[in-house]
Order: sequence, then C-alpha cells, then structure tokens
Amino acid sequence: MKPTDKTVRGVVALATIAALALGSGAARAEDKSLTLCWAAWDPANALVELSKDFTAKTGVKMKFEFVPWTSYADRFLNELNSHSKLCDLIIGDSQWIGGSAENGHYVKLNDFFDKNGIKMSDFVDATVVGYSEWPKNTPNYWALPAMADAVGWTYRKDWFAMPDVRKDFKAKYGRDLAPPKDWDEFLQVAKFFQGRQIAGKKVYGAYIFTERGSEGITMGVTNVMYDYGFEYDNPKKPYEMNGFVNSAGAVKGLEIYKQIFDCCTAPGMTNAYMSEGLDAFKSGQVAMQMNWFAFFPGLYKAMGPDKIGFFVNPAGPSGHYSQLGGQGISVVSYSDHKDDALNYIKWFAQPSVQQKWWEIGGYSALKAVVEAPGFPKSAPFAPDFLVTMGIVKDFWAEPNYASLLLDMQKRIHNYVVAGQGTAQLALDGLVKDWTKDFKDAGK
Amino acid sequence: MNASVDTPETTAVRVTSGAARRIRLRGLSDRSIAWLFITPTIALLLAINIFPLIWTIQMSFTNYKANMGWLRIKNVGIANYSDILGDPDLWAGMQTTAHFVFWSILLEVVLGFALALLVNHKFRGHSFWTTVILLPMMLSPAVVGNFWTFLYQPQVGLFNYLVNFFSGIPPSSFQMIGDVQLAPWTIVLVDTWMWTPYVMLICLAGLRSIPDSIYEAAEVDRASAWRTFWSVTLPMVMPFLMLAVLFRAIENFKMFDMVNLLTNGGPGSLTETVSITLKRAAFEKWHTGWSSALAIILFVAVFGAANIYIKVLNKVRQR
Repeated sequence: MKPTDKTVRGVVALATIAALALGSGAARAEDKSLTLCWAAWDPANALVELSKDFTAKTGVKMKFEFVPWTSYADRFLNELNSHSKLCDLIIGDSQWIGGSAENGHYVKLNDFFDKNGIKMSDFVDATVVGYSEWPKNTPNYWALPAMADAVGWTYRKDWFAMPDVRKDFKAKYGRDLAPPKDWDEFLQVAKFFQGRQIAGKKVYGAYIFTERGSEGITMGVTNVMYDYGFEYDNPKKPYEMNGFVNSAGAVKGLEIYKQIFDCCTAPGMTNAYMSEGLDAFKSGQVAMQMNWFAFFPGLYKAMGPDKIGFFVNPAGPSGHYSQLGGQGISVVSYSDHKDDALNYIKWFAQPSVQQKWWEIGGYSALKAVVEAPGFPKSAPFAPDFLVTMGIVKDFWAEPNYASLLLDMQKRIHNYVVAGQGTAQLALDGLVKDWTKDFKDAGK
Repeated sequence: MNASVDTPETTAVRVTSGAARRIRLRGLSDRSIAWLFITPTIALLLAINIFPLIWTIQMSFTNYKANMGWLRIKNVGIANYSDILGDPDLWAGMQTTAHFVFWSILLEVVLGFALALLVNHKFRGHSFWTTVILLPMMLSPAVVGNFWTFLYQPQVGLFNYLVNFFSGIPPSSFQMIGDVQLAPWTIVLVDTWMWTPYVMLICLAGLRSIPDSIYEAAEVDRASAWRTFWSVTLPMVMPFLMLAVLFRAIENFKMFDMVNLLTNGGPGSLTETVSITLKRAAFEKWHTGWSSALAIILFVAVFGAANIYIKVLNKVRQR
C-alpha cells in the first residue's frame, strides 16, 4: 500500500512529537541541578571548586547564588520568608537557625542523618550547637556544620620582628614585643604602633569591626565583652538579662573596646567590617587586624609567610572567649529538589570531602579532619583556629534575632563610634530593648 | 456536504447586526465613553495604590510580623501609633530628617537659582557647561553614595585633600562621615551637589518663560538691575522655585538610598533619617504592624504639608 501524503505527514508529525518528548526528557535528566545560596567570599569560591566533584559523581549540576555579606541576611531571609524556591540548599548564618526551624524554612535532618549514618558527635561540639541545633542543646538538627569559623587576629610579623621596633617596645614596656595574650597587652601593643613610622609610612595600632548596618560592631565588641564577663542572660533563668548584659564586667569590656577605637584605629574606620580590615592590613596600614578565620587562607596566600602572623583573641579577667562565626548547610523546605539536596549533604559530610574542603580553603568542622595529628601543621593559622573553636560563644539565635542584633548595633555604635552617653547607659538601654523584643516575641 | 452558502437573506442579517452594533457603540454617551477610558486606570490605581494603602492602615493597628505569618494577628488599637509618637529615638530621626531637608533645599534653591541666572545668559561654551552642570543629577543615587564614601575617606579621599589644599588642615586629621558634628553635613553636601542642577533646570524654565516685553518695560522705566531682579525676575520665577522646593522636599523626606550608602545612618544614629528607621523596622526587624503605623504617620505628614504648600503655591501663581 502506497502511503498517501496525509499518512506521511501524520507519521512525520508523530515522530517529531515523540522526538521532542524524548529529547526534553533526556534534557531534563541532563539538566538536573541544585542551587546553593551563600555569601560571596573566599570560601564560597572554594566550595564551587569542591562541588565539581559532586557534579562529576552524580551528574547534578550546581548553581550558586552568592551575595555580599552586607546584604546576605536581608536577601536570603527575604527569600526564605517569601517561601521562594530559589535556593535548594542554603548555607545560612548561625543566628538564623531558630527562626528558620520555627518558621519551617529548613528541613529537619534527624531522620536523614540516622538513615545515612551521619553522626553529630563526629563534628566539633561548638559547631553542632551553633549551626545545627534548635532549640539549643537539644538533639534537633536543622543543618550540617559546613563552615566552621570564629574571630581571630592577624599581626604584621615583619614589623614585630624589626630590631629597632623590638628595642623601643622593650624599653617602653619592659617586655618583649609579641602577639598579645590579654587585653592589657593588646592595648600596649596597639598604642605602641599607633602613629609610628614604619618604612617611612605612618601606621596605626589595630583594626576592629565598627560596621553599623548589619552585624559588624556587635561581632567585634563581643570578643572583648565576653572576656570581661558579659552574658546574654542568667544561665539559671533564661531571658533574665538585667545584671548579666549590663554587669560591671560587661560595662568594662565595652569601655575597653571604645578605648581601642579611640586610641588605636586608623582615621575613617567608623563603619568598617571584613573587607575594610583586609584592605587595611594588606596595604600596611595596621599592625593588628581583627577578622574571621575564613579569610586567613587567602590573606596568608596574598601576603606570604614573612609578613603575616596569627593569634587567638586575647583573654580577659573573666575568661577567654571568641565570637563564633560560621554556618551550617540546610535543605530549604520549599525546594522542588529536596532529594538531590539531601544527597549533596550526604556527599559533603564524607570525611574525604571534608578533608579536601579544608585543603582548598574551607573550614571543616569534622573532628576527623581538625583533630587529625597533622592538622596543626597543615596551615600556620590551624593551631589558633583549633584553640579558638574551643572557646567560642555565639549571639542569640532566637527567631527574632534580627531585632536583638539591630538593637545591639545601635546601642554599641552610638557609644563606641558616636561617643554618645556612657557604656553603662548603652548596656542599660540594651537590656530595655531586648526585654521589649522578647516580650513582643511572647517570651 | 455541509458547506454554508451566503444567501441574500443571511447577508442581510449580518449587515443588519453589524450596523446595529455600530449604532449601539455610536449611541454611547460621553459619560459612558469617559468611564470606558478611565476604568483601566482606576482599576490599576485601586490595585497598586488604594488597596495597599487601606491594607497598610489595617495592619498599622495590629502586631503583625511578616516573617512570622503563623502567629495570631492581634489587634493592638492605637498602641503602635502611641509607641511611635512617644519614642524619643524616632523624634531624633525626625530632627535628622528635618535638618537634612531644610539645609539641602535651602542650598539647592540658592545655588540652583544662581546657576540658572548664569546659564540664562549666552556665553562661550554655554551648551558644554550646561551639560557638565547637569551631570550629577543623571547619576544613580547608589553610585553617588558609593563614590562620595571614597571621596570622604580621610586618608585617600579627594575631599580631605581639597580642604587641605585650601586651608592647610592635614587631610587625615579630620573625617567627615565618622565625625559626630560633620556627618549630618556630609549628606547635605552630597545631596546639594547632586540635585542643584535639577533646581537649576526648573528655574531656567521659569526664567525663559518671562516675556522680554516685561524687561523692556522695566528698562523704559529706568529700573536698576537690582530692582528688575526683585520686582520682575524673582516674582515671575517664584512659582517655579516653589515647585522645585515641593519636589525636592517630598524627595528628600523619603531619601533612603544615598544616605544608606553614604553613612548607613551613622555614626551611631546621627544620620538615621526616618526612611532608614522605617526600612530597618519593616524589613530587618520585621515589625510590620509598627512600621505600617510609621508609614501612615509619614504619609499623613507629607500629604498634609504638601497640600498646604500647594494652596500657597496657587495663591502665589494667582498674584
């Protein structure tokens, strides 16, 4: 039977439809992808590299949505609050955990961890509490510790080694110039370098966080205040803040931070955070720099072993602490690709992947990596990082953390940078603000 | 076969119905046609202006938090309003805003008018210089905020070096953005730099609208240049000037982007204008009910002031 034109046209049309359908099916399989949201910084670039292994292994393409730190919280909390499907995986800040758990933004991971043999006891304790648990200190996990981080310090090793500088310091303070171990020593070193001429250039004592808009000054000042006795609330009676937030020690700590700002920082550093600190340090403006450990691999690479040294946050009369940074990785509950996202977490939790993560510029929180005998020698900042992760404290992680943070930003900046009122008034005001915030939140 | 064939009868029926439709359309009253044209606009206005306004008013009486949608929304009466009006920090923000609006507009009007008088005369390179003067207002406020941050940088910024050049004060001995006394002036200065050309343009339009015959009459009356300025130029340009003031005042009252990028409200809260307070309360603290009340208060203040001002403006125009 000779096919008619009509029959031929019909067959061609059917074949085309079938080909398109098959093609799109194949394309769908090939185009399987996940979007991971995080901040735009050095470790994010390392994660892009690391994730290539995941794509090679699973065929799932990785897309990344990285935004600058200054708009990181605004942007991604808006995405989560609007139940957006943009992010399948999110590396969210430690303070978001309460809100994201209670608002249902993150998938609870307990069952998934049990099913896949992922044990939280394999990760550094502080990171589990800080990045994964809500409520805190309960076995309810909403994230896998992804990027361990805390505040640390860098110093100009080459300046500290200059014979004339060392001689001057010894003559003035009767001890050898060395990275400071407590805040008294810190003030001595910072004052010593402030305004000094080094290689014909005027330099300054220290760089500290002073940023007003997001979290900067709070993430800076707490490093001193913790050491002087600042507590968020009564350890025996949650949310009782009077006498803890504004204790005599806390007031003293705040005064020390202002003293450092007034005596020993470079002009114009009134609204400065991470990148300003890196620039000031790299350009040879300051002798000591406060910043997150996350930046230290890149900084070390850029400056070389002769110019940069590292030290742990100095201790105070009431203890030795450091501000926790870092983030956990979570699966967004509005994602259409939750299974693939969980697979990514399963892959990321593997010791070999975690080892590579540390090697290429990320900070693993896996004990198998950081407690390995070779870890302290694996990078010049590794020993200080290990010590620091044992002394960290974090800001509130309550669902209303943003209000609490903004109130602290305002009170601290008003006192430290604008010089309004006293430290006592600032912290009394903070207790008032926080009490109202918790009352509004029904606590 | 079921093909339809036009018969004289069916054709006649179609023609009749088409004509009837045309007649019906033609028969629409002017009022109906007016409604037909303005209905889409009204619908859009209702959807994007009136509805959000009503919704905001409704939210302003609640404790609603947009990031905690599961919480039961409680009616709090006028608590948000009384909280705002009794908040000393907010009044400080209002003062900051008033300082910024008053001084920036004063400087923009004086300088803009002076520049308009200058540009109104023909001189060599007139077009080139006019374009140069207009450049700042063509930039995005975000860009302006960012690059003035660099210009104000005490160690490497051009501004401090200029001050040093003219006054001999060492550049790194003072700072603009971080200084409690100077920070409020930094935003005034940048806004003046950016928006003076806009005021100039409006004044220029006013100057060009004055008929030559009036100046000729003044000349015949032997009026001095000073007298001509006070009796002819200024009164004739006044409605335009007042319009410029209205536009700039509304704009500066809600100024956000430039201030946010330049000072971020700091040092402390010294340059925190109400728009920055509103943004922080609404989208960072997520106090949606409270910030709705603040938005309504600001809306009423601006709307009321603008209405009074427009009435005065109309009186000036009628004179």
